Amino acid sequence: MTALAFEGVSLTYKGRPVLSDVSFSIQAGSFVGILGPNGAGKTTLLRAVLGLITPSAGRITVLGETPRRGNPAIGYMPQIRRLPVQIGLTGFDLVLGATNGHRWGWPLASSADRDAAAEALERVGALDLARRPLNQLSGGERQRILIAQALIGSPKLLLLDEPLISLDAGHQRAIIELVHRLGHELGIAVLFCSHEINPLLHVVDEVLYLGKGKAAVGSVAQVLNPEVLTALYGAPISVLRANGRIFVMADDIDLEGGGHDHDDHDHL
Amino acid sequence: MMITTIFDYEFMRNAFIATTIVGIVAGAVGYFLVLRGETFAGHALAHVGFPGATGAVLIGLSPILGLSIFTVLAGIGIGLLGEKAHRDVAIGLVLTLSLGLGLLFLHFYTAYASQATNVLFGNVLGISASTLVTLAVLAVVSLVALALIARPLLFASLQPELAEAKGVRLGLVSTLFMVIAAITTVEAMQIVGVLLVFALMVAPAAAAMRLTRGIARGIVCSIVLAVAIAWVSLILAFLTDWPTSFWITALGAGVYLLSGLAGRGARRLA
Repeated sequence: MTALAFEGVSLTYKGRPVLSDVSFSIQAGSFVGILGPNGAGKTTLLRAVLGLITPSAGRITVLGETPRRGNPAIGYMPQIRRLPVQIGLTGFDLVLGATNGHRWGWPLASSADRDAAAEALERVGALDLARRPLNQLSGGERQRILIAQALIGSPKLLLLDEPLISLDAGHQRAIIELVHRLGHELGIAVLFCSHEINPLLHVVDEVLYLGKGKAAVGSVAQVLNPEVLTALYGAPISVLRANGRIFVMADDIDLEGGGHDHDDHDHL
Repeated sequence: MMITTIFDYEFMRNAFIATTIVGIVAGAVGYFLVLRGETFAGHALAHVGFPGATGAVLIGLSPILGLSIFTVLAGIGIGLLGEKAHRDVAIGLVLTLSLGLGLLFLHFYTAYASQATNVLFGNVLGISASTLVTLAVLAVVSLVALALIARPLLFASLQPELAEAKGVRLGLVSTLFMVIAAITTVEAMQIVGVLLVFALMVAPAAAAMRLTRGIARGIVCSIVLAVAIAWVSLILAFLTDWPTSFWITALGAGVYLLSGLAGRGARRLA
Protein backbone atom coordinates (compact mmCIF):
# COMPACT_ATOMS: atom_id res chain seq x y z
CA MET A 1 0.00 0.00 0.00
CA THR A 2 1.14 3.51 -0.75
CA ALA A 3 1.43 5.87 2.23
CA LEU A 4 2.20 8.97 0.22
CA ALA A 5 2.30 9.81 -3.47
CA PHE A 6 3.33 12.98 -5.31
CA GLU A 7 2.34 13.19 -8.98
CA GLY A 8 3.88 16.10 -10.86
CA VAL A 9 3.62 18.31 -7.79
CA SER A 10 4.79 21.94 -7.78
CA LEU A 11 4.90 23.94 -4.55
CA THR A 12 5.54 27.60 -3.89
CA TYR A 13 6.44 29.40 -0.67
CA LYS A 14 5.63 33.11 -0.46
CA GLY A 15 5.36 33.27 -4.25
CA ARG A 16 8.75 31.63 -4.76
CA PRO A 17 8.82 28.23 -6.48
CA VAL A 18 10.16 25.58 -4.10
CA LEU A 19 9.43 22.30 -5.86
CA SER A 20 8.51 21.91 -9.50
CA ASP A 21 6.99 18.84 -11.12
CA VAL A 22 8.07 16.38 -8.42
CA SER A 23 6.82 12.79 -8.48
CA PHE A 24 7.53 9.94 -6.06
CA SER A 25 5.68 7.46 -3.89
CA ILE A 26 6.39 6.04 -0.45
CA GLN A 27 5.26 2.62 0.69
CA ALA A 28 3.50 2.02 3.98
CA GLY A 29 5.93 1.04 6.72
CA SER A 30 9.04 2.47 5.11
CA PHE A 31 11.53 4.79 6.77
CA VAL A 32 12.39 7.67 4.45
CA GLY A 33 15.09 10.25 5.06
CA ILE A 34 14.29 13.62 3.50
CA LEU A 35 17.57 15.34 2.74
CA GLY A 36 18.72 18.52 1.12
CA PRO A 37 20.32 21.82 2.01
CA ASN A 38 18.65 24.64 3.94
CA GLY A 39 15.83 26.13 1.92
CA ALA A 40 15.55 23.10 -0.35
CA GLY A 41 11.87 22.81 0.58
CA LYS A 42 11.77 20.09 3.23
CA THR A 43 9.36 21.92 5.54
CA THR A 44 7.27 23.16 2.61
CA LEU A 45 6.90 19.57 1.41
CA LEU A 46 5.72 18.47 4.86
CA ARG A 47 3.27 21.39 5.05
CA ALA A 48 1.79 20.33 1.72
CA VAL A 49 1.35 16.76 3.00
CA LEU A 50 -0.41 18.21 6.05
CA GLY A 51 -2.80 20.13 3.81
CA LEU A 52 -1.54 23.51 5.03
CA ILE A 53 -0.54 24.62 1.54
CA THR A 54 -2.08 23.61 -1.76
CA PRO A 55 0.16 22.56 -4.66
CA SER A 56 0.24 25.00 -7.56
CA ALA A 57 0.20 21.98 -9.85
CA GLY A 58 -0.04 18.20 -9.58
CA ARG A 59 -1.67 15.91 -7.06
CA ILE A 60 -0.72 14.67 -3.59
CA THR A 61 -2.30 11.55 -2.11
CA VAL A 62 -1.84 10.83 1.60
CA LEU A 63 -3.03 7.44 2.82
CA GLY A 64 -5.43 7.30 -0.11
CA GLU A 65 -6.91 10.79 0.36
CA THR A 66 -6.24 14.35 -0.69
CA PRO A 67 -4.31 16.18 2.05
CA ARG A 68 -6.56 17.88 4.57
CA ARG A 69 -5.72 20.06 7.53
CA GLY A 70 -6.09 18.29 10.88
CA ASN A 71 -5.98 14.75 9.42
CA PRO A 72 -5.62 12.61 12.58
CA ALA A 73 -3.88 9.85 10.60
CA ILE A 74 -0.76 12.03 10.32
CA GLY A 75 1.58 12.56 13.24
CA TYR A 76 3.70 15.69 12.95
CA MET A 77 6.66 17.07 14.80
CA PRO A 78 7.51 20.59 13.62
CA GLN A 79 11.04 21.88 13.70
CA ILE A 80 11.59 23.32 17.14
CA ARG A 81 11.84 27.05 17.08
CA ARG A 82 10.93 27.82 20.65
CA LEU A 83 9.32 25.73 23.32
CA PRO A 84 7.25 27.30 26.09
CA VAL A 85 9.70 26.52 28.88
CA GLN A 86 9.19 29.70 30.91
CA ILE A 87 5.87 28.78 32.48
CA GLY A 88 6.88 25.54 34.16
CA LEU A 89 4.80 23.23 31.96
CA THR A 90 5.61 19.56 32.27
CA GLY A 91 6.16 17.27 29.30
CA PHE A 92 2.86 15.60 30.16
CA ASP A 93 1.02 18.95 29.97
CA LEU A 94 2.53 19.60 26.56
CA VAL A 95 1.56 16.21 25.15
CA LEU A 96 -1.91 16.55 26.68
CA GLY A 97 -2.33 19.89 24.90
CA ALA A 98 -2.28 18.09 21.55
CA THR A 99 -5.15 15.76 22.43
CA ASN A 100 -8.22 17.53 21.08
CA GLY A 101 -6.29 20.80 21.17
CA HIS A 102 -8.28 22.03 18.18
CA ARG A 103 -11.65 21.85 19.95
CA TRP A 104 -13.28 24.93 21.41
CA GLY A 105 -13.78 25.18 25.15
CA TRP A 106 -11.90 25.26 28.42
CA PRO A 107 -8.86 22.92 28.40
CA LEU A 108 -10.11 20.36 30.90
CA ALA A 109 -8.58 17.03 29.94
CA SER A 110 -10.87 13.99 29.93
CA SER A 111 -9.57 10.72 31.30
CA ALA A 112 -9.44 9.41 27.73
CA ASP A 113 -7.15 12.33 26.80
CA ARG A 114 -4.92 11.58 29.79
CA ASP A 115 -4.76 7.90 28.87
CA ALA A 116 -3.85 8.78 25.28
CA ALA A 117 -1.05 11.08 26.47
CA ALA A 118 0.25 8.50 28.93
CA GLU A 119 0.17 5.76 26.30
CA ALA A 120 2.11 7.87 23.80
CA LEU A 121 4.71 8.77 26.43
CA GLU A 122 4.98 5.16 27.53
CA ARG A 123 5.74 4.17 23.95
CA VAL A 124 8.78 6.45 23.80
CA GLY A 125 9.82 5.51 27.34
CA ALA A 126 9.30 9.04 28.63
CA LEU A 127 6.44 8.64 31.10
CA ASP A 128 8.66 9.43 34.08
CA LEU A 129 10.53 12.13 32.22
CA ALA A 130 7.23 13.81 31.40
CA ARG A 131 6.51 14.56 35.05
CA ARG A 132 9.32 17.10 35.08
CA PRO A 133 9.00 20.69 33.85
CA LEU A 134 10.26 21.20 30.29
CA ASN A 135 12.95 23.63 31.42
CA GLN A 136 14.61 20.85 33.41
CA LEU A 137 14.89 18.55 30.38
CA SER A 138 17.81 18.28 27.98
CA GLY A 139 17.40 18.79 24.24
CA GLY A 140 17.24 15.05 23.60
CA GLU A 141 14.66 14.54 26.34
CA ARG A 142 12.48 17.31 24.93
CA GLN A 143 12.67 15.77 21.46
CA ARG A 144 11.47 12.51 22.92
CA ILE A 145 8.47 14.26 24.49
CA LEU A 146 7.68 15.89 21.13
CA ILE A 147 7.87 12.55 19.36
CA ALA A 148 5.39 11.17 21.89
CA GLN A 149 3.16 14.13 21.06
CA ALA A 150 3.32 13.23 17.37
CA LEU A 151 2.02 9.73 18.23
CA ILE A 152 -1.24 11.12 19.66
CA GLY A 153 -4.19 9.86 17.61
CA SER A 154 -2.49 6.62 16.43
CA PRO A 155 -1.11 8.04 13.16
CA LYS A 156 -0.44 5.96 10.06
CA LEU A 157 2.22 8.35 8.82
CA LEU A 158 4.82 10.20 10.88
CA LEU A 159 6.36 13.46 9.66
CA LEU A 160 9.38 14.61 11.65
CA ASP A 161 10.98 17.93 10.77
CA GLU A 162 14.66 18.05 11.74
CA PRO A 163 14.44 16.07 15.00
CA LEU A 164 18.25 15.93 15.15
CA ILE A 165 18.80 19.65 15.15
CA SER A 166 21.10 20.87 17.94
CA LEU A 167 21.60 17.37 19.40
CA ASP A 168 24.99 15.77 20.01
CA ALA A 169 25.89 12.50 18.29
CA GLY A 170 24.79 10.29 21.19
CA HIS A 171 21.37 11.87 21.48
CA GLN A 172 20.99 11.83 17.69
CA ARG A 173 21.56 8.08 17.70
CA ALA A 174 19.04 7.55 20.51
CA ILE A 175 16.35 9.57 18.70
CA ILE A 176 16.94 7.75 15.40
CA GLU A 177 16.77 4.36 17.06
CA LEU A 178 13.59 5.35 18.87
CA VAL A 179 11.87 6.53 15.69
CA HIS A 180 13.05 3.48 13.76
CA ARG A 181 11.66 1.17 16.43
CA LEU A 182 8.34 3.07 16.54
CA GLY A 183 7.98 2.82 12.77
CA HIS A 184 8.47 -0.95 12.98
CA GLU A 185 6.26 -1.54 16.01
CA LEU A 186 3.40 0.52 14.67
CA GLY A 187 3.96 -0.52 11.05
CA ILE A 188 3.77 3.08 9.86
CA ALA A 189 5.72 5.11 7.33
CA VAL A 190 8.16 7.68 8.68
CA LEU A 191 9.38 10.77 6.85
CA PHE A 192 12.44 12.03 8.67
CA CYS A 193 13.95 15.39 7.61
CA SER A 194 17.63 15.84 8.20
CA HIS A 195 20.50 18.00 7.01
CA GLU A 196 22.77 15.05 6.95
CA ILE A 197 22.54 11.47 5.72
CA ASN A 198 25.21 9.89 7.89
CA PRO A 199 23.32 9.48 11.17
CA LEU A 200 20.46 7.87 9.19
CA LEU A 201 22.51 5.56 6.97
CA HIS A 202 21.75 2.32 8.78
CA VAL A 203 17.99 2.90 9.22
CA VAL A 204 16.63 4.45 6.02
CA ASP A 205 14.84 2.31 3.46
CA GLU A 206 14.82 5.17 1.01
CA VAL A 207 16.02 8.73 0.73
CA LEU A 208 14.21 11.66 -0.82
CA TYR A 209 16.82 14.21 -1.80
CA LEU A 210 15.61 17.75 -2.52
CA GLY A 211 17.63 20.38 -4.37
CA LYS A 212 17.04 23.18 -6.84
CA GLY A 213 13.30 22.52 -6.91
CA LYS A 214 13.71 18.90 -7.90
CA ALA A 215 13.72 15.61 -6.02
CA ALA A 216 15.49 12.28 -6.34
CA VAL A 217 14.07 9.19 -4.64
CA GLY A 218 15.47 5.74 -4.10
CA SER A 219 17.85 3.74 -1.96
CA VAL A 220 20.97 5.42 -0.57
CA ALA A 221 23.08 3.89 -3.34
CA GLN A 222 20.62 4.97 -6.02
CA VAL A 223 20.39 8.59 -4.91
CA LEU A 224 23.67 9.46 -3.22
CA ASN A 225 25.87 9.09 -6.26
CA PRO A 226 27.57 11.73 -8.41
CA GLU A 227 25.33 11.29 -11.48
CA VAL A 228 22.00 11.74 -9.67
CA LEU A 229 23.17 14.60 -7.45
CA THR A 230 24.93 16.39 -10.29
CA ALA A 231 21.68 16.26 -12.25
CA LEU A 232 19.77 17.45 -9.18
CA TYR A 233 22.02 20.40 -8.36
CA GLY A 234 22.84 21.24 -11.95
CA ALA A 235 26.50 21.52 -10.92
CA PRO A 236 29.28 18.94 -10.61
CA ILE A 237 28.93 17.00 -7.36
CA SER A 238 31.25 14.32 -6.07
CA VAL A 239 30.33 11.76 -3.45
CA LEU A 240 33.03 10.39 -1.19
CA ARG A 241 32.71 7.32 0.99
CA ALA A 242 35.05 6.88 3.95
CA ASN A 243 34.75 4.93 7.22
CA GLY A 244 31.19 3.98 6.37
CA ARG A 245 30.24 7.63 6.00
CA ILE A 246 29.16 9.55 2.94
CA PHE A 247 30.31 13.05 2.04
CA VAL A 248 28.57 15.07 -0.65
CA MET A 249 30.93 17.65 -2.09
CA ALA A 250 30.58 20.45 -4.62
CA ASP A 251 33.88 22.04 -5.67
CA ASP A 252 35.47 20.24 -2.70
CA ILE A 253 33.08 21.89 -0.23
CA ASP A 254 31.18 19.48 1.98
CA LEU A 255 27.51 20.28 1.29
CA GLU A 256 26.12 18.52 4.30
CA GLY A 257 28.73 19.04 6.99
CA GLY A 258 28.08 21.76 9.53
CA GLY A 259 24.48 21.86 8.48
CA HIS A 260 23.21 21.49 12.01
CA ASP A 261 23.41 25.15 12.88
CA HIS A 262 20.18 26.31 14.39
CA ASP A 263 18.63 28.38 11.64
CA ASP A 264 15.52 30.20 12.80
CA HIS A 265 14.82 31.58 9.35
CA ASP A 266 14.67 28.19 7.73
CA HIS A 267 10.97 27.79 7.22
CA LEU A 268 11.20 25.91 4.02
CA MET B 1 -7.66 58.39 60.48
CA MET B 2 -9.02 54.87 60.33
CA ILE B 3 -8.52 52.95 57.10
CA THR B 4 -12.11 51.70 57.41
CA THR B 5 -13.42 55.22 56.86
CA ILE B 6 -12.37 54.62 53.26
CA PHE B 7 -15.62 52.73 52.73
CA ASP B 8 -17.74 55.61 54.00
CA TYR B 9 -17.52 57.21 50.58
CA GLU B 10 -19.62 55.90 47.73
CA PHE B 11 -16.95 56.76 45.13
CA MET B 12 -14.48 54.68 47.11
CA ARG B 13 -16.83 51.72 47.30
CA ASN B 14 -17.42 52.02 43.54
CA ALA B 15 -13.68 52.22 42.97
CA PHE B 16 -13.09 49.01 44.93
CA ILE B 17 -15.83 47.17 43.05
CA ALA B 18 -14.55 48.46 39.71
CA THR B 19 -10.93 47.51 40.36
CA THR B 20 -12.02 44.06 41.49
CA ILE B 21 -13.96 43.44 38.28
CA VAL B 22 -11.23 44.84 36.08
CA GLY B 23 -8.45 43.12 38.02
CA ILE B 24 -10.04 39.73 37.46
CA VAL B 25 -10.44 40.22 33.70
CA ALA B 26 -7.10 41.99 33.17
CA GLY B 27 -5.29 39.34 35.21
CA ALA B 28 -6.75 36.46 33.20
CA VAL B 29 -6.56 38.01 29.72
CA GLY B 30 -3.18 39.57 30.50
CA TYR B 31 -1.75 36.12 31.23
CA PHE B 32 -2.54 34.96 27.70
CA LEU B 33 -1.30 38.26 26.28
CA VAL B 34 2.10 37.75 27.94
CA LEU B 35 2.16 34.05 27.05
CA ARG B 36 1.63 34.91 23.38
CA GLY B 37 4.20 37.71 23.43
CA GLU B 38 1.54 40.20 22.37
CA THR B 39 1.86 42.69 25.20
CA PHE B 40 2.75 45.49 22.83
CA ALA B 41 -0.46 44.79 20.92
CA GLY B 42 -2.37 45.42 24.15
CA HIS B 43 -0.56 48.70 24.54
CA ALA B 44 -1.44 49.61 20.94
CA LEU B 45 -5.12 48.74 21.42
CA ALA B 46 -5.37 51.20 24.28
CA HIS B 47 -3.86 54.02 22.26
CA VAL B 48 -6.21 53.45 19.35
CA GLY B 49 -9.04 53.83 21.85
CA PHE B 50 -8.06 57.42 22.62
CA PRO B 51 -9.42 59.06 19.44
CA GLY B 52 -12.46 56.79 19.82
CA ALA B 53 -13.22 58.21 23.24
CA THR B 54 -12.54 61.84 22.38
CA GLY B 55 -14.30 61.54 19.02
CA ALA B 56 -17.38 60.09 20.71
CA VAL B 57 -17.48 63.00 23.15
CA LEU B 58 -17.14 65.40 20.22
CA ILE B 59 -20.26 64.05 18.53
CA GLY B 60 -22.16 63.71 21.80
CA LEU B 61 -21.83 59.98 22.44
CA SER B 62 -20.52 58.28 25.56
CA PRO B 63 -16.72 58.01 25.56
CA ILE B 64 -16.81 54.37 26.62
CA LEU B 65 -18.85 53.54 23.50
CA GLY B 66 -16.35 55.25 21.18
CA LEU B 67 -13.52 53.62 23.10
CA SER B 68 -15.07 50.17 22.71
CA ILE B 69 -15.76 50.51 18.98
CA PHE B 70 -12.25 51.74 18.19
CA THR B 71 -10.37 49.21 20.31
CA VAL B 72 -12.44 46.27 19.10
CA LEU B 73 -11.90 47.32 15.47
CA ALA B 74 -8.18 47.69 16.21
CA GLY B 75 -8.21 44.24 17.81
CA ILE B 76 -9.75 42.71 14.69
CA GLY B 77 -7.19 44.58 12.57
CA ILE B 78 -4.23 43.34 14.61
CA GLY B 79 -5.63 39.82 14.62
CA LEU B 80 -6.12 39.76 10.85
CA LEU B 81 -2.68 41.21 10.18
CA GLY B 82 -1.15 38.38 12.22
CA GLU B 83 2.64 38.38 12.20
CA LYS B 84 2.69 41.55 10.15
CA ALA B 85 1.13 43.45 13.05
CA HIS B 86 4.26 42.90 15.11
CA ARG B 87 6.34 45.39 13.23
CA ASP B 88 7.67 48.13 15.45
CA VAL B 89 7.46 50.95 12.96
CA ALA B 90 3.89 50.22 11.87
CA ILE B 91 2.66 49.90 15.46
CA GLY B 92 4.56 53.00 16.52
CA LEU B 93 3.05 55.05 13.71
CA VAL B 94 -0.47 53.86 14.48
CA LEU B 95 0.05 54.70 18.16
CA THR B 96 1.22 58.23 17.51
CA LEU B 97 -1.38 58.84 14.81
CA SER B 98 -4.07 57.73 17.26
CA LEU B 99 -2.88 60.05 20.00
CA GLY B 100 -2.59 62.85 17.45
CA LEU B 101 -6.17 62.30 16.24
CA GLY B 102 -7.40 62.21 19.81
CA LEU B 103 -5.65 65.51 20.42
CA LEU B 104 -7.31 66.99 17.32
CA PHE B 105 -10.77 65.92 18.52
CA LEU B 106 -10.07 67.49 21.91
CA HIS B 107 -9.00 70.67 20.16
CA PHE B 108 -12.44 70.92 18.56
CA TYR B 109 -14.19 70.27 21.84
CA THR B 110 -12.35 72.39 24.34
CA ALA B 111 -15.10 72.28 26.97
CA TYR B 112 -13.90 68.87 28.03
CA ALA B 113 -10.26 69.52 28.80
CA SER B 114 -10.34 67.45 31.99
CA GLN B 115 -11.79 64.60 29.95
CA ALA B 116 -8.41 64.25 28.26
CA THR B 117 -6.58 63.57 31.51
CA ASN B 118 -9.27 61.08 32.50
CA VAL B 119 -8.99 59.16 29.26
CA LEU B 120 -5.21 59.24 29.24
CA PHE B 121 -4.52 58.44 32.89
CA GLY B 122 -7.79 57.02 34.18
CA ASN B 123 -10.17 58.27 36.85
CA VAL B 124 -11.03 55.38 39.07
CA LEU B 125 -12.48 57.65 41.75
CA GLY B 126 -15.04 59.02 39.30
CA ILE B 127 -16.69 55.72 38.41
CA SER B 128 -20.48 55.84 38.61
CA ALA B 129 -22.87 53.05 39.49
CA SER B 130 -23.95 52.80 35.85
CA THR B 131 -20.33 52.43 34.70
CA LEU B 132 -20.00 49.57 37.19
CA VAL B 133 -22.82 47.78 35.42
CA THR B 134 -21.10 48.30 32.06
CA LEU B 135 -17.83 47.00 33.50
CA ALA B 136 -19.51 43.92 34.94
CA VAL B 137 -21.26 43.09 31.65
CA LEU B 138 -18.06 43.51 29.63
CA ALA B 139 -16.18 41.41 32.17
CA VAL B 140 -18.63 38.54 31.89
CA VAL B 141 -18.52 38.73 28.09
CA SER B 142 -14.69 38.66 28.06
CA LEU B 143 -14.35 35.83 30.53
CA VAL B 144 -16.98 33.64 28.88
CA ALA B 145 -15.42 34.23 25.45
CA LEU B 146 -11.97 33.48 26.85
CA ALA B 147 -13.20 30.23 28.38
CA LEU B 148 -14.73 29.23 25.04
CA ILE B 149 -11.52 29.67 23.06
CA ALA B 150 -9.06 28.73 25.82
CA ARG B 151 -8.12 25.27 24.56
CA PRO B 152 -7.19 26.12 20.96
CA LEU B 153 -5.77 29.46 22.15
CA LEU B 154 -3.36 27.70 24.49
CA PHE B 155 -2.38 25.14 21.87
CA ALA B 156 -1.85 27.86 19.27
CA SER B 157 0.16 29.97 21.72
CA LEU B 158 2.42 27.14 22.88
CA GLN B 159 3.00 25.25 19.60
CA PRO B 160 1.62 27.23 16.65
CA GLU B 161 3.00 25.00 13.87
CA LEU B 162 1.65 21.83 15.44
CA ALA B 163 -1.68 23.45 16.32
CA GLU B 164 -2.11 24.56 12.72
CA ALA B 165 -1.38 21.06 11.45
CA LYS B 166 -3.88 19.61 13.93
CA GLY B 167 -6.61 21.80 12.48
CA VAL B 168 -6.55 24.91 14.68
CA ARG B 169 -7.36 27.98 12.60
CA LEU B 170 -4.59 30.24 13.86
CA GLY B 171 -5.93 33.42 12.25
CA LEU B 172 -9.42 32.98 13.67
CA VAL B 173 -8.20 32.10 17.17
CA SER B 174 -5.77 35.00 17.19
CA THR B 175 -8.43 37.47 15.99
CA LEU B 176 -10.99 36.29 18.55
CA PHE B 177 -8.39 36.65 21.28
CA MET B 178 -7.50 40.16 20.11
CA VAL B 179 -11.18 41.16 20.34
CA ILE B 180 -11.26 39.81 23.90
CA ALA B 181 -8.06 41.71 24.64
CA ALA B 182 -9.67 44.84 23.18
CA ILE B 183 -12.69 44.55 25.48
CA THR B 184 -10.36 44.00 28.42
CA THR B 185 -8.38 47.06 27.42
CA VAL B 186 -11.57 49.13 27.48
CA GLU B 187 -12.13 47.89 31.02
CA ALA B 188 -8.62 48.60 32.16
CA MET B 189 -8.73 52.08 30.64
CA GLN B 190 -11.56 53.02 33.02
CA ILE B 191 -9.14 52.46 35.88
CA VAL B 192 -5.69 53.47 34.63
CA GLY B 193 -6.37 55.26 31.33
CA VAL B 194 -5.08 54.80 27.83
CA LEU B 195 -1.40 55.33 28.59
CA LEU B 196 -1.07 53.06 31.61
CA VAL B 197 -2.99 49.95 30.56
CA PHE B 198 0.29 48.03 30.52
CA ALA B 199 0.50 48.36 34.32
CA LEU B 200 -2.72 46.46 34.93
CA MET B 201 -2.75 44.02 32.01
CA VAL B 202 0.91 43.07 31.75
CA ALA B 203 2.73 43.58 35.04
CA PRO B 204 0.64 41.18 37.21
CA ALA B 205 0.59 38.51 34.49
CA ALA B 206 4.32 38.72 33.83
CA ALA B 207 5.05 38.54 37.57
CA ALA B 208 2.66 35.59 37.98
CA MET B 209 4.43 33.74 35.20
CA ARG B 210 7.71 34.06 37.11
CA LEU B 211 6.19 32.96 40.39
CA THR B 212 4.13 29.92 39.40
CA ARG B 213 4.29 26.65 37.56
CA GLY B 214 1.50 25.59 35.27
CA ILE B 215 -1.14 27.59 33.48
CA ALA B 216 -4.13 27.36 35.84
CA ARG B 217 -2.02 28.45 38.82
CA GLY B 218 -0.46 31.19 36.72
CA ILE B 219 -3.84 32.63 35.78
CA VAL B 220 -5.09 32.55 39.37
CA CYS B 221 -1.88 34.19 40.61
CA SER B 222 -2.13 36.85 37.90
CA ILE B 223 -5.73 37.68 38.91
CA VAL B 224 -4.83 37.81 42.62
CA LEU B 225 -1.89 40.12 41.93
CA ALA B 226 -3.92 42.43 39.67
CA VAL B 227 -6.73 42.79 42.22
CA ALA B 228 -4.29 43.17 45.12
CA ILE B 229 -2.27 45.83 43.31
CA ALA B 230 -5.45 47.75 42.54
CA TRP B 231 -6.79 47.55 46.11
CA VAL B 232 -3.52 48.54 47.75
CA SER B 233 -3.21 51.39 45.27
CA LEU B 234 -6.67 52.69 46.19
CA ILE B 235 -5.76 52.61 49.89
CA LEU B 236 -2.42 54.33 49.26
CA ALA B 237 -4.14 56.92 47.07
CA PHE B 238 -6.66 57.54 49.85
CA LEU B 239 -3.89 57.97 52.44
CA THR B 240 -1.50 60.05 50.34
CA ASP B 241 -3.91 61.87 48.04
CA TRP B 242 -1.62 60.93 45.14
CA PRO B 243 -3.26 59.59 41.95
CA THR B 244 -4.37 55.94 42.09
CA SER B 245 -2.97 55.33 38.61
CA PHE B 246 0.48 56.34 39.84
CA TRP B 247 0.29 53.77 42.64
CA ILE B 248 -0.89 51.07 40.25
CA THR B 249 2.07 51.64 37.95
CA ALA B 250 4.51 51.81 40.88
CA LEU B 251 3.18 48.65 42.51
CA GLY B 252 3.00 46.86 39.14
CA ALA B 253 6.65 47.59 38.43
CA GLY B 254 7.58 46.73 42.03
CA VAL B 255 5.79 43.38 41.96
CA TYR B 256 7.43 42.51 38.65
CA LEU B 257 10.90 43.32 40.01
CA LEU B 258 10.31 41.38 43.23
CA SER B 259 9.00 38.37 41.28
CA GLY B 260 12.29 38.32 39.39
CA LEU B 261 14.24 38.24 42.64
CA ALA B 262 11.93 35.59 44.11
CA GLY B 263 12.25 33.47 40.96
CA ARG B 264 16.03 33.74 41.08
CA GLY B 265 16.08 32.77 44.77
CA ALA B 266 13.88 29.75 44.11
CA ARG B 267 16.16 28.61 41.31
CA ARG B 268 19.19 28.89 43.56
CA LEU B 269 17.48 26.74 46.18
CA ALA B 270 16.36 24.15 43.62
